[in-house]
Parts: sequence; structure tokens; C-alpha cells
Amino acid sequence: MTLLHVENLCVRFPSDQGEVEVVRGLTFTLGRERLGIVGESGSGKSMTGRALMGLIPKPGRVTADRMEFEGIDLRGLAEPAFRRLRGARMSMAMQDPKFSLNPVIRIGDQIAEALEFHSRLSARDRRARVLEVLQAVRIDDPERVYQLYPHEVSGGMGQRVMIAMMVILEPALMIADEPTSALDVSVRAQVLEIMDDLVRRRGMGLILISHDLNMVARWCDRILVMFNGQVVEECAAGQLHAATHPYTQGLLASMPRLDEDRAQLPVLDRALIGAGLGGRT
Amino acid sequence: MIEVQNLTVDYGPTRVLHGVSFNVAEGESFALVGESGSGKSTILKALAGQVPDWSGAMRLAGADLGKRRDASLVRRVQMVFQDPYGSLHPRRTVDDTLAEALVIHGIQGRDAKVLAMLDAVGLARRFRFRLPHQLSGGQRQRVAIARALMLEPQVLLLDEPTSALDVSVQAEILNLLKGLRTEKRLTFLLVTHDLPVVSFLCDRLGVLRSGRLEEVSPVSALRAGQLTSAYGQELITRSG
Repeated sequence: MTLLHVENLCVRFPSDQGEVEVVRGLTFTLGRERLGIVGESGSGKSMTGRALMGLIPKPGRVTADRMEFEGIDLRGLAEPAFRRLRGARMSMAMQDPKFSLNPVIRIGDQIAEALEFHSRLSARDRRARVLEVLQAVRIDDPERVYQLYPHEVSGGMGQRVMIAMMVILEPALMIADEPTSALDVSVRAQVLEIMDDLVRRRGMGLILISHDLNMVARWCDRILVMFNGQVVEECAAGQLHAATHPYTQGLLASMPRLDEDRAQLPVLDRALIGAGLGGRT
Repeated sequence: MIEVQNLTVDYGPTRVLHGVSFNVAEGESFALVGESGSGKSTILKALAGQVPDWSGAMRLAGADLGKRRDASLVRRVQMVFQDPYGSLHPRRTVDDTLAEALVIHGIQGRDAKVLAMLDAVGLARRFRFRLPHQLSGGQRQRVAIARALMLEPQVLLLDEPTSALDVSVQAEILNLLKGLRTEKRLTFLLVTHDLPVVSFLCDRLGVLRSGRLEEVSPVSALRAGQLTSAYGQELITRSG
């Protein structure tokens, strides 16, 4: 079943030099699968995620020929209707738990907030549900963590709390924007594994946004490579090494390897690739 | 060039380094790897003189590093930090940033030295009077490297110099560091969690865990996936 239909999505921001198009005509569909969107800073990957969630702030403008989620047209959807979707049907995890959690609200109460808004559970049932979801993200002593404030937990634990927040209402679509880049390497795999497990078990769709090609290749089924607001390459995760676009090839080549023996790393010629796309660089 | 013997550091009641010893030869590039909290950055800070409470012995180019350091010693070691967005003064131009060390150390010839350094790190001369926010991440890291090189140090301490950068920009900065090392005969002490970067840029590596040095191996062992300690192997598995 197709969860998401996007055709010709554009995101524009006004600037002193006229309008800047940060996402330029993106088209893709998403089923109950794991889709990775990779690209470097400024490629428009995060803006794509935000546009889907209706989180592009004014004066930014989002247009599309088609943008449908579970049959609902997201274009021009009024804010109250969007609020009913966000958290309940689609949810998003941001990069850094340190900045995304409210520092003055206890973790348990923060997770319960979504339940309070979207469901009619009693306070006791809400609490039970929060403890359950904390356990689902492999927090061993949920009772204790419920009472803690965000500054009292580690980065890895904080990111698990964020994931708990995202999945508590069992949404159909989860968008994770650089979910592990603020984390230490040693806990990255663990967080991704938890996320992956939840996505598979509950049959969710996942959009994983990252700059890390290897990570995306490992944890997704399909990959979109973005450059300058456009998709330059779409392939199955296992086929990344066979990428055909010069930008993707350039990115892959520019990463040092564990058994590195090159004297110099090849460097991308952005102007050249930009010219090939017929766009600004 | 760098000798560290039995270096122990306490932060209050917590011991973060437990008697770490290693040597780095002149012109060598040595990496310290480990996860957050393993003490790798603390070693750099101790060498740079930013840790007040340490014991053991540290020698640099044959001179003992004491609690107080004179200007000539400071000039030999410079540091490049992880985050180019956080390590440059937001209201100083590139020119101010580069010239500051010259002013402090009373070195003449500011104009020529700044221009030569911009050339050396591959920044166009038109960037000289820009502010950090007008530069990209890669350009800022070039400024940070240029700043560190202004005093013509023999040793560069590099604290995750590319982990905040995009991969293609990382490649540029890694190439730059490698080139500068040969050109200026620098000794590198690099701290990172990124093993492929070590493989590209270093000759030997030390694996740190909870403030203890688990092993010191040549990079060839890393490339072959044959580190001797179990923890070193674990790091290799994880980065795969």
C-alpha cells in the first residue's frame, strides 16, 4: 500500500536576491518501507522532511502537483487538521535530543503530552502507556526515567526518549532527520536498531534523512540522493556501489576507507555537477 | 617529538586518565581513537596546557612541559578544534584571527605572513576581510588550520578536525592536512572516532578506553583489520 505520494514538490524562500528554491521538483512514493534520503548540507533533504510534516515556517512556500498521505491531500491543509495528523499518523524525530526536548518538563510527562492531545485515556492509562513505550525503546527502568528531566539522561538515552515520543501513537509514517548524528558512534547502531525494529514490527513507513551514505545504505531499502534540491539518483540500498550519477560516485569516492591506500582523496567538482544539472551551484 | 609518560588527570574526584604513556616521533602522525569519555581529548588538552591538574611527565621537542609555559614553548604546539562554527570569533575577520597570534608574540611582517598562509591553506585572498558567518564550514576549517599554523608550530594537535563537515568537504580538508604535513614537516597528534580517517592520515594509532591506553599499533594493522586488543577489534567491527 502506498502511504505517501509526492509529485513535483517545491519549497521556496524569499531572499534579497529574489526567491530561492531549496527543493526543486521532488517526486517519489513511499510504501511501508524504509526510504533513505541522503545529501550534503544545503541539498534540501531536511526541508523535504519538514515540508511533509507541514513545518515549513513562513515566509517559506510549499507547492506540489500532488502531496497525499494516506489519501489525505496535504497541500493547503489547515493547521488544526495538520495537528491531528502530526504525532498520531506521522511523526518526526530531530537531530539533537538536547535541543528538541523541553528542559523543564519531566521525560514521562513530555511523552504523555501527545497522548493527552490525541487520545482520551485517563491519567493512569496514559502513564501505563508511557512506561510501556519506554520499555519498547529498551529503557530498562522506565519508572525511574519517567521522573527524570532531559539534562539527567545521556545523548543516547535522550534519542531513545525521542523515538518513544514518535512511536507512542503508532503512526504510519516516521520521518527521522539525522537521528544519530549528535550521538557517539558506540550508541548509534543501538538507536538505529531500536528504530528499525519498531518500524518493522509495526509495519510503519520510515524516511531516514542523513548525510551518511553508509548508514543509509545499511538501514534502508531504497535511497534517494539529493543535490541542490533535486533527486540525482534513486536506487536500491544494496546497489549504491553501482551508482551512476557523478555526484553519488564522487561522494562515495571521497570517503576514506578503512584500508585506505590512496595518497589523495578525489574531490568533487561542484561547479561541474551543477552545470550538468542545469541549475545554480 | 612528543613524549608522554604516565600521564594521569583528575577532574575533581573522577580520574579520567590512568597513567597513559606514548611517544610520537618527529614528523610522525599519531592518532588517538576511542569513544566519548575515553579521555582522548583530555590528552590533547593536557599537551596544550589547558588541564590544570595533571601528574606524570610530558616532553615536547626535548623540553619538559611544566605547569607554566613560556611563549617559545607555546609557539611549538597549536591546536585545531572540531567545530569550525564554534572555534572562530564571530566578529573578527579572517585577517584579525590570523594576525592575532603574531601580535601576541610580537612577530613582524603581518601582511605578508597572512597572505602566504591564505595561499597555503587554499583560501582565495578575497576572503581575507570576511567574517566567519560569510564562509562555509570547509572554508572556516581552513581558517582554523591557518590560524594554528601562523606561529609555524612543529606540532599540530587535531581534535576531530573533520567530523563536523560534509564528506566531500572532509576529503578536501584531509588532503590539505596531508599536504601541509609533508610541506611543513609537521608532527600530528589526531583525536578521532573515525577509523577510516586514521587510515588515511596517520602512521600509528593508540586505542583508548576509559582513560587507559589499550594498545598502540601501526596503521597497517588497522588496514588489515588486525588490532591486537579486543576493544580495538570491536571498534573496527562497529565502524564497518
